[in-house]
Amino acid sequence: MSDFDLIVIGSGPGGYVAAIRASQLGLKTAIVERAELGGICLNWGCIPTKALLKSGEVYEQLSHLSDYGLSVKGAGFDFPKIIERSRGVAATMNKGVTFLMKKHKVEVIAGTAKLERGSPAPKVVVALTAGGSRTVTAKNVILATGARAREIPTVGLASDGDRIWTYRDALAPKALPKTLVVIGSGAIGIEFASFYRALGSEVTVIEAVDRILPVEDEEVSKAARKAFEKRGIAFRVGAKVTKLGKSKSGVTVDLEVGGKAETLQAEVAIVAVGIAANTEDLGLEALGVKLDRGHVATNGHCATNVPGLYAIGDVAGAPWLAHKASHEGVHCVEHIAGLKPANLNTPIPGCTYANPQVASIGLTEAAAKAAGYDVKAGRFPFRVNGKAVAAGETEGFVKTVFDGKTGALLGAHMIGHEVTEMIQGFGVAITLEATEEDLMATVFAHPTMSEAMHEAVLDSFGRVLHL
Amino acid sequence: MSIEILMPALSPTMEEGTLAKWHVKAGDTVKAGDVIAEIETDKATMEVEAVDEGVIEALLVEAGTENVKVNAPIARLAGEGEAPAPTPAAKAPEAPKVEAPKTAPAPAAAPAPAPTPTAIPAPKADGERVFASPLARRLAQAAGLDLKTIAGSGPHGRVIKADVDAARGKASSSAKATEDKPSAAPARQVQSLEQMGIAPGSYDLVPLDGMRKTIARRMTDSFRDVPHFPLTIDVEIDALLAARVKINAMLEKDGVKVSVNDLVIKAVATALRRVPEANASYTPEGIALHHHADIAMAVAIDGGLITPIIRSAETKGLAQIAVEAKDLAARARDKKLKPEEFQGGTFSISNMGMMGIKQFASIINEPQGCILSVGAGEQRPVVKDGQLAVATVMTVTLTCDHRVVDGAIGAKFLQAFKPLIEDPLTMIV
Repeated sequence: MSDFDLIVIGSGPGGYVAAIRASQLGLKTAIVERAELGGICLNWGCIPTKALLKSGEVYEQLSHLSDYGLSVKGAGFDFPKIIERSRGVAATMNKGVTFLMKKHKVEVIAGTAKLERGSPAPKVVVALTAGGSRTVTAKNVILATGARAREIPTVGLASDGDRIWTYRDALAPKALPKTLVVIGSGAIGIEFASFYRALGSEVTVIEAVDRILPVEDEEVSKAARKAFEKRGIAFRVGAKVTKLGKSKSGVTVDLEVGGKAETLQAEVAIVAVGIAANTEDLGLEALGVKLDRGHVATNGHCATNVPGLYAIGDVAGAPWLAHKASHEGVHCVEHIAGLKPANLNTPIPGCTYANPQVASIGLTEAAAKAAGYDVKAGRFPFRVNGKAVAAGETEGFVKTVFDGKTGALLGAHMIGHEVTEMIQGFGVAITLEATEEDLMATVFAHPTMSEAMHEAVLDSFGRVLHL
Repeated sequence: MSIEILMPALSPTMEEGTLAKWHVKAGDTVKAGDVIAEIETDKATMEVEAVDEGVIEALLVEAGTENVKVNAPIARLAGEGEAPAPTPAAKAPEAPKVEAPKTAPAPAAAPAPAPTPTAIPAPKADGERVFASPLARRLAQAAGLDLKTIAGSGPHGRVIKADVDAARGKASSSAKATEDKPSAAPARQVQSLEQMGIAPGSYDLVPLDGMRKTIARRMTDSFRDVPHFPLTIDVEIDALLAARVKINAMLEKDGVKVSVNDLVIKAVATALRRVPEANASYTPEGIALHHHADIAMAVAIDGGLITPIIRSAETKGLAQIAVEAKDLAARARDKKLKPEEFQGGTFSISNMGMMGIKQFASIINEPQGCILSVGAGEQRPVVKDGQLAVATVMTVTLTCDHRVVDGAIGAKFLQAFKPLIEDPLTMIV
């Protein structure tokens, strides 16, 4: 007889959401967490960075107040207070998860889990945070242990928390660095670059491939680079870090850009070159759990090769996004409960909360072409959108990518003010398998920045109205 | 428990008719085969026979009433307390059988007026909303697939792109198979009606629904590609009719009624056991000799027809066949059959006897090797021992796929079938 129907290991947005759904479906559920409930997302990721970015955005706005006919004197900021606010936001969300676990009668076991052979699912041995150990069994176990910043010690890309930071250090620094090198121009690197630049740091972003935000559509990458350069962020693309060394005053970054060596000096370097899945010390080797390029290999319903053991979220592979983890968590639990869960392969939106914001879903134009689609792409700039002009937020555009043969919306790409709130519209459309006809037939409220979504659709088929 | 007698459909296209005359009144006792009413359509007047014994409880439609909808209750029969409460599904086939005047008792449980059975996924009724994503709708339209025939795998059974892709994959692979045939005929050039001299506006155009398209495609393919020939034989059914009365008397306590069609199914299944070469399908890899006689029976339904299957009929008794046939026919008319209930038969029967059709030759229902077309049982002069006599005779025609069933095999099957019908006792040995 098992102690639980389900044990979830890890309480990030994959794990805790899976636990809630399991509880809703009547499964007796426990969740094991070695640190804070809510995982990286709530405590050291998505949420506290958004708090920082808001401070940066508001401060940046102050320098444009005259555009709105306003003026302010003595504008400034208190860096420790900005950090304190961010930590407070994280604490609030963490309490929220604690409440949710209680509300849904999910037993929280504070400690570090390790799996041992068992049936019908592996046994979970927890080294309790409070001391001692507890072995619990369940019919099903979900691994939701997440990931951490990837470090490359061979070239010095290993954080020390002092001069070489990961996202974690960058979220709670003691002081604002005057000069900063960000290694990696994915969402995490760009968000920190944007925040620190807004507060006045001299920021240089290094990217190994030839454009920033490399997973985004090329047009978005280009526009983003222009927008960030306008704000004073410097970029080195196609740049390989050969050595990251520490000096008395900070760090020295040796680069190779187009065959030429270059050295950058800065107070601090932030390493944001991807993630590494948390697969260690879980007893996976002994159980014979199959891995795929460092991540736990899963089949269509998040099941691993070991009976009764599932894996969701970052530990199970890309994209490393909280909402992907939650989606998999719900899918996995519904599958365990014998329901017919929603499609696992539904497109996952991706958002970067820099200023300006970047949001996308589905295929880029290049990927759609490479996949052989008869691509019809259209775009609409915010500079001719009434609401954007009125709000003084005219940077950026919306781009849509359609299959010309079927009218299927293949992808949508945006850059601009609060576009992360707009991308869901296209998410709904893709999930419901809308065609261009349906999107054209939808009435968008005026005046809204979302009208640019409508116009981009129209433009994809040569019918743009306001351009 | 009373049974509703429903307005019968005299043809697949009939929607309503005139109840011309009642032959019974409330309180009359009727037995199966009694003529109870006459129904007029624009084409003919037909007699309605009672299928059940009982007392007419009430006539629900007055004589002379026009535009009585098909399947509307026209009378109520008190079933003399012998039958358990009939389920709604069991009601429909209890509707009176309609026969051409002067024919023998109803020869079939399943009125199957069209000789062209087909097999398609459970189609949704016309007018019923099909939930499908906009993309799925467009893809289906582009591929010429009817959404009604595609099972949806999305939320609440919604048809999504993946379902259409799967259906299209099937369609295109079969299309490809056709292309691969060196002898494949070129696509027909179809002229418009206008090109063929029919004035625009002189007709109404009824859109092709999924069932109609499937029937058109399958029958065209079969008639064009399957080398087929008919074999006709007369069988006397007086003994069968007499046996049916006895059998039904025996089964009365169980509430089971065996129709002539049920007896034909049983005889076919038994004959197939004796001549297994006739229970066959042609495949490029070889001739498939089926282990069981899965008998598909053509049932006319609104907008077309469908062929529900009595599985392993050779292993089943008459009572079981009767119960299954009745249930399948009723659910076929309600369009509630599951795909496995009408896909995959090995031999078809189409019975148009109740429509007064004397003889016809059905089109092969691929991949089945044979289809038996059953005509009306009628009294005919026959010569016996050099003397003219009267017998109830039924003409049946076996259409054979010559690739698997040669003339001799077809004849052998009919030679096995005929004595089973003419001396039904032999069916039970």
